[in-house]
Order: sequence, then C-alpha cells, then structure tokens
Amino acid sequence: MGKPKLVVIGNGMAGMRTVEELLKLAPDLYDITVFGEEPHPNYNRILLSPVLTGEQTLDQIILNPLDWYAQHGIRLHTGDPVVHIDRARRVVVSRSGIEASYDRLLMATGSRPVRLPLPGAELAGVVCFRDIADVQAMVAAAREYRQAVVIGGGLLGLEAANGLRARGMQVTVVHLASWLMERQLDEPAARLLQRTLEERGIAFRLAAQTEALQAGESGRVCAVRLKGGEVLPAGLVVMAVGIRPNTQLAEAAGLHCNRGIVVDDTLQTVTDPRIYAVGECVSHRGVFYGLVAPLFEQAKVAANHLARFGIARYTGSITATKLKVTGVDLYSAGDFMGGEGCEEIVLRDAGRGVYKKLVLRQGRIVGACLYGDTLDGPWYFELMREGSDVTALRERLMFGRAHVGDAGHGDPRARVQQLPDSAEICGCNGVCKGTILAAIRDQKLFTLEEVRAHTKASASCGSCTGLVEALLAMAVGGDHSTAPSKKPLCPCTHYTHDEVRAAIRDQGLKSIPAVMRRLEWKTPDGCPKCRPALNYYLLAAWPGEYADDAQSRFINERAHGNIQKDGSFSVVPRIWGGVVSPRELRAIAAVAEKYQAAEVKITGGQRIDLFGIRKEDLPAVWRDLSAAGFVSGHAYGKALRTVKTCVGSRWCRFGTQDSTGLGIKLEQATWGSWMPHKFKMAVSGCPRNCAEATIKDFGVVCVDSGYELHVGGNGGIKVRVTDLLTHVKTEAEVIEHACAFIQLYREEAHYLERTAPWVERVGLAHIKARVVEDADSRRALYERFLQSQRHAQHDPWAERAQGGAAHEFAPLETVV
Amino acid sequence: MNAMTEGWLKIGRLHDVPRQGARVVRTAAGAIAVFRTHDDQVYALEDRCPHKGGPLSQGIVHGHRVACPLHDWRIDLESGQAVAPDVGCVARYPVRIIDGELWLQLNGAMLGGPTPAQGCRHD
Ligand code: SRM
Ligand SMILES: Cc1cc2nc3c(=O)[nH]c(=O)nc-3n(C[C@H](O)[C@H](O)[C@H](O)COP(=O)(O)OP(=O)(O)OC[C@H]3O[C@@H](n4cnc5c(N)ncnc54)[C@H](O)[C@@H]3O)c2cc1C
Ligand code: SF4
Ligand code: FES
Repeated sequence: MGKPKLVVIGNGMAGMRTVEELLKLAPDLYDITVFGEEPHPNYNRILLSPVLTGEQTLDQIILNPLDWYAQHGIRLHTGDPVVHIDRARRVVVSRSGIEASYDRLLMATGSRPVRLPLPGAELAGVVCFRDIADVQAMVAAAREYRQAVVIGGGLLGLEAANGLRARGMQVTVVHLASWLMERQLDEPAARLLQRTLEERGIAFRLAAQTEALQAGESGRVCAVRLKGGEVLPAGLVVMAVGIRPNTQLAEAAGLHCNRGIVVDDTLQTVTDPRIYAVGECVSHRGVFYGLVAPLFEQAKVAANHLARFGIARYTGSITATKLKVTGVDLYSAGDFMGGEGCEEIVLRDAGRGVYKKLVLRQGRIVGACLYGDTLDGPWYFELMREGSDVTALRERLMFGRAHVGDAGHGDPRARVQQLPDSAEICGCNGVCKGTILAAIRDQKLFTLEEVRAHTKASASCGSCTGLVEALLAMAVGGDHSTAPSKKPLCPCTHYTHDEVRAAIRDQGLKSIPAVMRRLEWKTPDGCPKCRPALNYYLLAAWPGEYADDAQSRFINERAHGNIQKDGSFSVVPRIWGGVVSPRELRAIAAVAEKYQAAEVKITGGQRIDLFGIRKEDLPAVWRDLSAAGFVSGHAYGKALRTVKTCVGSRWCRFGTQDSTGLGIKLEQATWGSWMPHKFKMAVSGCPRNCAEATIKDFGVVCVDSGYELHVGGNGGIKVRVTDLLTHVKTEAEVIEHACAFIQLYREEAHYLERTAPWVERVGLAHIKARVVEDADSRRALYERFLQSQRHAQHDPWAERAQGGAAHEFAPLETVV
Repeated sequence: MNAMTEGWLKIGRLHDVPRQGARVVRTAAGAIAVFRTHDDQVYALEDRCPHKGGPLSQGIVHGHRVACPLHDWRIDLESGQAVAPDVGCVARYPVRIIDGELWLQLNGAMLGGPTPAQGCRHD
C-alpha cells in the first residue's frame, strides 16, 4: 500500500500555505498533486500592486519556485485547471484530461473578480485586477495608450489607479458610492485620501454609474459612458468592483455552497469530510475573508487536520485593512462607522493631513479608522482584539502609544527607512537591518513570529518589535497585518492564558499532566514556554496543595540563583529595605572570601551580589549565609525582588514618614510569594522620591497627610511611570492595599506579564474597582494573599542548605 | 571486565536523574550532560551549547529536546543537532540503561546526526 493521496485544486496563496504547514507537521504523510489554473508557480498576489507600479518585479514575488515542488516530491500541473470532481470514485479530472485520484482533496480556488454585465464588457482592453496576466495586460496597455478608466474606488481599484498613474497614464476612477473605500473608511478620511490622490494626478467621478463601454474602430475599447451622458476616453478599462468566491467546481460536485464553499471549524466541507477547503473560496460561519492573514490561519488549521493531529479549530478572525499606495497611510479595522450605542473620539489635524477616529462601545475600542498617521493602528487593533477597557487611557488614546507611558522609540517607520543595512535593529541578538530584510525576502517570511524564528530579531526583550514590524511592512508591502482572533498560550495548545487559568480553577485540575490531558495538549510534555506558566498557574490556584514541579521551572528558579554566561551562579541575599548591619556585612565578606566569589557588587536594588559561585558550592554558601540570618533575595525569581527605600523621617530633613521602616514591613509581608513576573516595590519619604517609587510595580510616596500608592510602573525595557491608585492614612492600610494589589495581579495576569502591561491591558479602572472602591473585595484579596503566604514564606536556601534537592547541585559522577 | 562492559562506565542509576531533567558527569575532557526525558529515554551530550557554550544540563527538557538556559536554542537530544532555524550540533555519547543502571561510553563520542548526511556543520 502506497501513501494516501492528497490532491490540491488551486495553486494560490491559501492552498500552498496549507501544503507548507502540512509539510512542517508531517513531511512524508501524503503523495501530493497540485493543479493550478495559472501557468505560474505560487506567487504573492498581494504584491501585484507594487509590480504594477514598477516598485517590484514578477521574479521577486514568486513564493515557491518550481524546484520547491520538485524537492518535496509534489506533482504540479500548471496551466491546467481541474474541470470535474467525481466524488463517488474520488477522482479529479483536469482540462487536459489528466485524472488524479485522492484520499483527501483540498479546494483552494480563490475568487473571481466581478465583471459588470455592461454593454461592451467583453471588449479587448477591458481587464480586471486579479492575476499576473491582468498586470501584464495593464503594463502593456500603459505603453500604448494614454488614458485609463478604473471602475471601482475600493482597495483594488485605487491600487490599480495608482499603479497606472505611476506608469504615466491619465487615470479617472469611477465610483458608485459618494466616497472612496466606503467599506473601510468614513467620509472625512475618504476625503483626505481623495485629496492626496488628486494631488498625484488621479481624477474621480464619485456617485457615478457606468452605463456602457464603447468600442473604437479597431474593436478595442475607446471610451466609458456614464449615466448622465459624460464620456471618458479610455484605451484601458480596469474593472475592480469586487470579488466573488470561486465555487463553480464545488457546486458542480454537489458540495453545499452559500456564497462560498461552506466549511466547519476544521475547514472540512460540511458535505464531504474527505474534502477540505481554504481561502477566499470558503464561507466559514457565514463569513468570507478576502485578506491573507485569516486565510493563513485557516491554512494552519486545515494542515493540522490533514496531518491527523485533529485538534486545531478555526473560529474566525478580525481583520484590519491597509492601502498599499506608497506615501499614503491608511488603516481601518472593525466597526469604524459607529452609530447607536457607540461613542466616537475624533482627531483632525488638517495641517498635517491627519485624521483619526476611534469608535468605543462600553469603554472598549470596536473600530478604528486612521488616515495620515497610522503608526498606532496595530496598537488600537490589539486593544480591540483583546477587548481591553480603555476608559483610563481615554484622554491620551489619540496621542498614541508613545504617550501612555510606553515611551518606545519614536516613529519606527520613519526611523527604519533612514537606517543603513548595517544598522543594528535587535540589540539583544545583534541582528541588523540588512539581515532581516534578506531573511524576509529569501525565506518568504510574512509574520513577526516567522522573523523571530529565522533571525532571532525581536525574540528576546521585544523592544525592537515595532522596528521589525516596520521592516516587514516595508518588505512585504504593507499588509502582513492581522493576527488570529486569539493568541494561544504557546504553540502546544490552542487555548489562551485566560482559558487555561479558568480551566484549572473551574475543572479542579491539580497537576501539569492533568491540565495537558484535559486541554488536549499537542505535545507530550509541553515546552519551555507553557510548562513554567502552568506550574505557576497551578501554584497560584491551589496554594499549599499543589506540589511544585522543579523540572518545569527555568534554571534560575530551580537552582535559586542566577545562571551566568560561564555557567556559574550569582548569590544575592535579601537585605530588608536596604538596611544592613556591620555584622551582616562581615558575614557576607567572609562568604565571598571562603567561596572565592569572583566579584562582589552593589546591585541597582540596594543589595549585594556575589558573582562566580560554582553550582556545587551553592548549598554551602547558603548554609553560611543562613547562619548569619540571611534568607534568599529571590533575585532570580518571578517573585518579590526588592523593596527600595530612602532614609525618610529617620534622618532626612524633608522626610514625612518612616519610609525605611515601612519598606521593611512591606518586604517582610510579601517576600517569598511567586508571581506572574518579578515584582518590585519602593517607599520614598517625600515627593522628592529618592527611592524611585514611581517606576515600581507598587510604589509608595509618603506625604504629610499619609501615603500615596502608585502601581504599574516599570524602569526596564520600556519605561512606564506608575498610575496613582489611591491615597491612604496608615501603614496598615498601605500593607493591605499592597497585598490586595499583588493578589489581584497573581490571580489575573498572564505568566511573564509584568504589572505595567497588565495594568494597560485590563485598565486602571478595573484595578481601582477591585482594590480601592470595594473594601470587601480588597479584604478578600488580602485574606487570600495571607493564606497563600502561609505556604510560601519558607526560605528555599535554608531548605537546600539542609540537604533539600541535593541532586540539583551535585554531579552524578566524576571521572578522572 | 567482560565484553559487555568494555569501555563502558557505570555512572549511576536511572532514578538518580530526575525525569524531564539532567545530571552532569564530570570528566577530564569536560562535562557530559545525562538527560532523562518524560518517557524515560536517556541521552548523553557534551554539556556545551553550540551557540555560546551554555550548560545544556541546566535547560528545560521537553519532548526529546532541551532548551539551552542561556539564549533558548533548542537541541535535539537524539541527534545532538540544534533545531532549525538554528544551526550547530554537540557531541553525543552512547548511554545504556541496564537493569536500572546507567552506563556511559566515554570514548564513544559521536559528532553529527543519526545519518552521515546530517553531519555536524563546523565552520
Ligand atoms: C544585579 C542587577 C544589576 C546590578 O548589578 O545592579 C540586575 C541584573 C540582572 N537583571 Fe535587572 N538587575 C538589577 C536591577 C534591575 C533594575 C533596577 C531596580 O530594580 O531598581 C531594573 C529596572 C527596574 C524594573 O525592573 O522595572 C532591572 C531591569 C531588568 C529587566 C527588564 C525588566 C522589564 O520589565 O522591562 C530584565 C529582563 C527581564 O526580567 O526579563 C532584567 C534582568 C536581569 C538579569 C536577571 C538578566 C538575566 O536574565 O540573567 C540580570 C541577572 C544578573 C545576575 O546574574 O545577577 N533586569 N534590573 C540588579 C539586581 C537588583 C537586585 O538587587 O535584585
Ligand atoms: C491586486 C491585489 C492586491 C491585494 N492586496 C492585498 C493586501 O494588501 N493584503 C491582503 O491581505 N490581501 C490582499 N489581496 C488579497 C489576497 O491576495 C487574497 O486574499 C489571497 O490571494 C487569496 O488566496 P486564495 O488562495 O484563496 O486565492 P488565490 O491566491 O487567488 O489562489 C487561487 C488559485 O486557484 C486557481 N484556480 C481557480 N480555480 C481552479 C481550478 N478549477 N483548478 C485549478 N486551479 C484553480 C486560481 O487560478 C488561483 O491561482 C490582494 C489581492 C489582489 C488581487
Ligand atoms: S545586568 Fe541588566 S542591564 Fe546589565 S547586561 Fe545584564 S540584563 Fe543587561
Ligand atoms: S549558549 Fe545556548 S543558546 Fe546561547
């Protein structure tokens, strides 16, 4: 028995992406045959627009050259469409008469452009804008004729008009609606767009209807007549009035179609489970998608099922649109028209030609329409997709991400364009601009994830993500946009962080294997991304009950020290509030000498770091430190790090309260607790703020009347200044608020999400509601925190000094 | 010494290595990491990441792979190869489990993948 046979109909973007995904999962499973109507290997249809303008060439947009098919043993028939499917015999027949039998069939026939049934529609010189042949016809016409008419002022029509204009033609766009791109833009944005395009020499007839196309002497089209009588001369007419899913073949084969081929969440046709369909020819939950990002999502899911993994589900996508006209910035997503029950925030800056509109419903962004400055489009899109409450950001929202504390790097696009190829983009991994562009080009990368995997750029601290996205936009032509509607925790699962947490809680799951079994993990034992997350979620959900899984912790937390680049470890004992006695200093000095610490350094967190400790020596080092009264400083953990303090009223002439004493109390109440990410606090004795409390996860600024409490600050990769949570009068209140805030963070944040992005995601209003305004809620959070601390405040160093987890530190064997 | 144990060295018991974990064998020629996977397969690899020499024994073991603790390269335990798109590989040593005991063949270092075609790329 040979391999099962997979036949693919349609050699386009969705079909071939599915095959690529399938080859990744199960390279040898199928004997694959592909039929394509066009005489080319698979190419990037999106980039037909820059090919038309002359910015790119046809060679540059080929995605899979012919030898790719050969290498993977794929039989490819180009220029030979399938004309018949015999479902009973499981055979397809091509126009040239080739028969191919299948065990699984994948339909990816895309769309057909709509041709208006006008008199003259079939004349020579009338084309659509869909494939290479169309572009070749347009380029040829631009050499011979001077005037063109584009029917349709939507995305494709405008890109066609822009391309023909760039090739020197006089172009008029005839559009039925009263403003351009009415499905993506509201009227004010469309007017700005129109003005820009008019400045480039494109003419418009809006609210205009074409009546007939007229033939010249040669029989080729020579003019377009509009209703009302106007006649526009034209040696070329482009019809760009929409697309229709290409379902002819499917219908003839008796597959249920309703505008598209109807598929379920596994992308199997509802009629015949042996037949899958992906791409623009599909109707999923009544929706048909005409952009590549959702189609690639579908491809992933279909491949997962074809590979017999059988777990992925496609549940639909939200999409965003950009126009690929060089120099025109336009971005639109969601319900950008607003209406009943919606609130609109609009910014107009006619001087700069900028227009921005956000549509909000119940404090959440539901639509965005941006013109002239689209830098924040992806950010709004993310807030929209995640359903974040933006009430607290409302006033600053329009000014963009750079103004909400996330002081990134300025305008990444402008910056990136000016950079030379040798410029370093990713400082963590030393990846420069030229390398990233080459990888995007040569490896055909489309998404941020792919660029990360191939180049490591943006794979570490992520602060260069904006720059990498800008490079992608530059290279791929502007629309690599849209991500899936939800982000899975990691590639081992299709559940999100929140869904996993809810399942642990609601279904009483109490171990990592139990979670993986119940939620149908795709890998036998997870990966370095999900295992630590699950370990934390279980620990947070079942304090005292869940047995920590050391093997699911990163080495630093497993060995209770920070691994260094030479494999040695660093040791940072806890120094409460930064206050240390001479006796303690002597004990640290003795340890440093006895175990030959290579360096002793005062850290940025008001304590002392001993570097270059051999792993085998750690338990002994800790035993000596324990004897002197020290506990672990958790400098290695997703846990409470430091509580920085200033001298405060004990010594300082400006001090209003005992900031040092309060810092120590806070540290003693909260140390040892495991959290989604590291957590830092500070207490300053007055608003001069010498302890930098306003860039901490939780910061206290003492004032004469009591204590100001601040949350969500970060001094790291992206500096974020705290938000003021509230003002309280007593130390006891400070501690209760701090613990309640920490507990809310522990219960709700995603693993590896620090408080700054968490606060931005859920909104300050939500945190105030739970921690400030509702005293019962605060009290309950506080109680739960105390409860979990009863099981957490054991010094891990002391336990190991007494012999715990000895295998972690001793070699298995030493051979001389 | 009989033929069976010739060149092979007893280094401990399977149970001495935590499941989804690793232990180190120190030798004159450097450290060797002995990994035990979730399904009790055992592999021995040079304890040096092909990237910048990170101690692989300290990484998170998942499936039949380990993630280097320093910069998260993934190394396939069976072939010693870095998982694409990273490129590089580490030496592997034969290990056997006999009656619950681990035997390591120190002079049996192998470079490269399971087939010659996948050989290690050294530059
Ligand atoms: C030792 C220390 C530098 C020093 O010599 O002063 C340090 C050292 C490291 N920092 Fe830091 N950070 C140290 C204070 C800080 C500070 C200052 C502070 O806490 O006041 C910050 C900015 C404040 C903040 O966190 O908001 C800081 C922001 C970071 C970040 C960025 C965090 C972010 O959310 O953006 C990282 C990376 C991470 O955590 O993913 C990081 C990561 C690291 C790591 C753990 C890198 C790593 O993963 O191996 C370094 C470990 C070195 C080691 O082996 O000990 N370190 N790091 C400081 C230890 C303080 C302590 O006593 O525990
Ligand atoms: C000019 C232009 C610009 C675009 N710009 C963007 C953009 O910026 N962003 C974006 O997200 N999307 C854009 N799109 C849309 C995007 O290209 C499509 O969504 C995507 O190509 C659809 O993929 P598909 O595989 O479903 O269809 P296609 O890529 O059209 O592939 C279908 C293939 O099947 C072939 N076929 C049909 N019937 C048969 C048969 N019976 N036998 C064999 N083969 C058959 C067709 O010839 C075609 O090659 C643009 C489209 C165009 C035309
Ligand atoms: S200590 Fe912090 S800033 Fe310094 S190199 Fe390490 S991570 Fe970077
Ligand atoms: S040393 Fe292993 S990943 Fe860098």
